[in-house]
Amino acid sequence: MSAVAESIVTAFRLIADADPGLVRTVALSFAVSGGACVGAAGLGLLAGAWLATARFAGRRIVLLGLDTLLALPSVVVGLVVYLSLSRSGPLGAWGILFTPAAMVIAQTILVLPIIAALSHQVVADALREGGDQLRSMGASRLVAALLMLLHERWAVATLLLAAFGRAISEVGAVMIVGGNIDGVTRVMTTAIALETSKGDLPLALALGIVLLSVVALINAVIALISHGRGVPAVEWR
Amino acid sequence: MNSSDRDDAVLLALRDASVRFGSVVAVRDASVVIRPGEAVAIVGANGSGKTTLLRLLHGVVSHSGTRRVGAAAASQAMVFQRPFLLRLSVRRNLLVALWLGARGLASRERSVRADEALARVGLQALADRPARALSGGEQQRLALARSWSVRPSILFLDEPTANLDPSAKKEVEALLAAFIGEGMTIVMSTHNLGQAKRLATRIVYMDGGRIGADLPTAQFFAERLGGRADLFLKGDLSWSLE
Repeated sequence: MSAVAESIVTAFRLIADADPGLVRTVALSFAVSGGACVGAAGLGLLAGAWLATARFAGRRIVLLGLDTLLALPSVVVGLVVYLSLSRSGPLGAWGILFTPAAMVIAQTILVLPIIAALSHQVVADALREGGDQLRSMGASRLVAALLMLLHERWAVATLLLAAFGRAISEVGAVMIVGGNIDGVTRVMTTAIALETSKGDLPLALALGIVLLSVVALINAVIALISHGRGVPAVEWR
Repeated sequence: MNSSDRDDAVLLALRDASVRFGSVVAVRDASVVIRPGEAVAIVGANGSGKTTLLRLLHGVVSHSGTRRVGAAAASQAMVFQRPFLLRLSVRRNLLVALWLGARGLASRERSVRADEALARVGLQALADRPARALSGGEQQRLALARSWSVRPSILFLDEPTANLDPSAKKEVEALLAAFIGEGMTIVMSTHNLGQAKRLATRIVYMDGGRIGADLPTAQFFAERLGGRADLFLKGDLSWSLE
């Protein structure tokens, strides 16, 4: 059996045996990315709804900036959060650099523009269809926009899953602010990078398979939601 | 403002009101008074400004001139030609409408009102169905229930039966007749003269963005109004592009 085939077999064995190291890393990945998405959802959905209804000077520039942030490189987010949280940085007093909390902050910043920009698009489209009716029923602009988040909840679920997929598969930001400390801040992506560089291919492959499965599962759920509910696919503007 | 506008019984009064969309004047110098219990039909050819006048009366378009709302007309509701329903159950759509339009009600009262409204339009059996899965006629009945549930002083309707099949049209018309019979003030735009004749107590005829006639229904259909209005009544004027 070749070395690669042997690694694949060992990888599946690690998954089947629920290897404690593997499980710990996967669990931390879910906790960090899930926490980041919950935080970013709270802020991003509100910001998206508000942007869909607010009229102010410079709104177009804000939307352009938001679109630009969709392509924010994760290493840049990592660097900015690192500089902010390092001892000499403005938030150094918090003392959370190289902790899961720092990783959650970095990933929150990474996915916030995605959630805000896509929810803005979803709400703006819905308001074009039913905004007048809701306003006529007595809803303020913001309440109408928030009701549209409820109305388009399946599209919102889809965009949140897309944001989770982005968070759980990124490596740059969590590597920089987490430090990839075994048992503390090591997540799937940073572990894959480390184990590959160490030559421990079975563990790297096992993590890769789990990560790929998670992303595939997310995509399947998105496809199911979009297909089953007639939700238009979330598009990058 | 004339004496009739100052009448305490006036729910709504427009005085020389105009609506402009860019270079197009959709409604020009409109003066209309709506009193309690009236059923006013706004008729006219396509593009004559019926819907814009309706929206102007409802207060959802920017305008010049005066729009005065009487104290008794504090609550208004509007049923759109294609009602927008939230992707929620039939009952939840009503509860949202009550939450928005009848803020003072406790949640238990809202629940009772929602059930009453469903019974009023005969949709009790469909209360838990997704609202968007209803037929066109059922959706329009739900839109009527939603408006009726907040007990509006004035109910505005924009071509409420325009997209419905004959039987659904009949159901919606019967409901409107019942609302009018109960004393609800209704202002509706319609291109269906038969419907205007059956339901309205007063007809406002729009022609090229101007009010061409504002008469009691019997008088509107009995008198020779002259010019384009006669052509419209004979069915020879389907578009008004001025």
